[in-house]
Amino acid sequence: MSEPVLEIRNLNVGYGLGDQAVRAVRDVNLTLHRGEVLGLAGESGSGKSTLAYGLTRLLPPPGVITGGQVIYHPADGPAYDVLGLSDRELREFRWNETAIVFQGAMNSLNPVHKISTQLTDVLRAHEPTMSEHSRNARAREMLKLVGIAADRMDAYPHQLSGGMRQRVMIGMALILQPQVVIMDEPTTALDVVMQRQILRQLIELRERLGFSVIFITHDLSLLVEFSNKIAIMYGGRIVEEAPASAIYRDSLHPYSAGLLGSFPALRGPRRELTGIPGSPPDLKGMPTGCSFHPRCPKAFDPCASNIPVLGRPDTPDGSTRSVACWLHPTAQPVGL
Amino acid sequence: MTIPTSSIEQVIPGQGSMAQPATAKKARRQRFRFVSNKKAAVGLIILGVYLLIAVIGPWVAPYDPGARGNQLVQPPSADHWMGTTHLGQDVFSQLLVGTRSVIFVGFFAGIVATILSVLIGVTAGYVGGKTDEGLSALSNVFLVIPALPLIIIITSTLESAEDWLIALVIGLTSWSWNARVLRAQTLSLRRRDFVEAARATGERTWRVIVFELLPNLTAVIASGFVGTVIFAVLSEITLAFIGVTSATTWNWGTILFWAQGQQALAQNAWWWFVPAGLAIALLGTALSLINFGIDEFVSPRLRSMGKTKLKTASGKTVRMRIGFTPVLSNSPEPLTHASVTPVMKEVAP
Repeated sequence: MSEPVLEIRNLNVGYGLGDQAVRAVRDVNLTLHRGEVLGLAGESGSGKSTLAYGLTRLLPPPGVITGGQVIYHPADGPAYDVLGLSDRELREFRWNETAIVFQGAMNSLNPVHKISTQLTDVLRAHEPTMSEHSRNARAREMLKLVGIAADRMDAYPHQLSGGMRQRVMIGMALILQPQVVIMDEPTTALDVVMQRQILRQLIELRERLGFSVIFITHDLSLLVEFSNKIAIMYGGRIVEEAPASAIYRDSLHPYSAGLLGSFPALRGPRRELTGIPGSPPDLKGMPTGCSFHPRCPKAFDPCASNIPVLGRPDTPDGSTRSVACWLHPTAQPVGL
Repeated sequence: MTIPTSSIEQVIPGQGSMAQPATAKKARRQRFRFVSNKKAAVGLIILGVYLLIAVIGPWVAPYDPGARGNQLVQPPSADHWMGTTHLGQDVFSQLLVGTRSVIFVGFFAGIVATILSVLIGVTAGYVGGKTDEGLSALSNVFLVIPALPLIIIITSTLESAEDWLIALVIGLTSWSWNARVLRAQTLSLRRRDFVEAARATGERTWRVIVFELLPNLTAVIASGFVGTVIFAVLSEITLAFIGVTSATTWNWGTILFWAQGQQALAQNAWWWFVPAGLAIALLGTALSLINFGIDEFVSPRLRSMGKTKLKTASGKTVRMRIGFTPVLSNSPEPLTHASVTPVMKEVAP
């Protein structure tokens, strides 16, 4: 668990150029360890998806990466910067090392091709030497792994349910056994029972295959249950990062507390649900200082003028978590 | 939980009254955005020159295009900038005078065809049912009729084939393709929620069509218009070239008709046909450029982009492409606002 597989250093991603530019992700530092499930949570427009697409360089125009590094540590061999790869290297890197399951992934399947064709297509592109027979065998194995009977190989997408399609997409992402799987709200369109089933399966698969997951969602309760570590984003920055249980028990940032306070707990005493007043900031005209201070119930003097840095807080478990808030002045910033 | 809007404006800088001048500027920029598209701008400039010549051409022409002279088949000289014909007529004057007819026929036919295609296509798509079947059948018939032979037959049976008549005939025979495109687009638009909502609130049919559908069809109509103008210009020139229209009204096709008849190529009299040919090609290019401009303007993705090439910190130029987000700098240093601006220099595509 301790060995890092993906290190994001000061990543800056924006849309557009010049005076019309919008900085959607600002100076994000994040480390994904081997075998870890890292949850990214935040409101709509907080930069979660932009971060995920930015680090894989999948952001469509006018998206640009304005700075930073994404250091990838392959299973063997030296680490390298994903942002420095040439187009050809990037093509090889994708899917082999990092796979992504898109938002609304179940509609990403091509309706006129069989599942088998779409699964083996990846293998045909990345491992051209593989025989037809072994390609099919691998696809069959992958389907079984995600809990779909192998006789569904010849089905068309419309013959599968939403949950099955989602599983096919997850299977497709895993077919080349990547080290990192990025999931961008993969279960948002499904009902809660199916969400839970699919995530259970994902966690099982992770234990068997040993990949790491970056899981993007705005459903914090889902993350608390399934992820090892949670990073909360607000206004393009990471405002808090901590082990899932620590965030749930005592979140340090008022924004995380607000998110957690907005859904009910199953057990425990009844408490009043509170929302976060106001709406997410306009990325073009960010508030000065901490971008959350206009909505923050605990804002005080320094919040409006100075941007807090993500750092280790002064708490007993301070070495495992970090927070960017003036309420918790940090001993040392999370460094490189 | 809800906060009055005014208080949000107070706490979020850049959203209150300060934002006002920025929006006005943005609106102005949006109005001129089509012109700021390079292709469209070049096309519009060339077309503007043609329109100017069409208006003032007959007045500024140095000679009467039909007047005979004693310098026969002379190459370009100071007297005759584009040489002379076998009758000593000035080719330059013929070209200038002929522009009016070409532009007039092109635009008149384009307008006629566009009006017809909008009327028939949008009605067929929106009303549906029997009306749709009838109008679709009509446009299918016009679609399979070979337009040029029909135009030749019609114009040759008419006593005097004047410009407006030719334009009318071309317009009446070339609307069907655009009508089909518009019908298909209307069919897809009329199922959208905003149209359904307008109908559910009891808007009249004409109002739904004019205020809900047509604004969304503007680009299709505009590019259809430009396409028809190109077609009409080429048809008119073809008609004149094969000698169907009267040989006494000048247009570029007439010049080519005489050049062909007098074997200008065999006489090495290149000045006779090259200017007219280039004028046709240039007009076609200008209209096509405008069409490309409209296409790019319509596609929201292309529209929001503006510049497609940019410079990285290391001085390399990269293109914006789907699937390969450009990396402007991969230094691990945190960015400050000051260091962002010089990196993001725009370069001309």
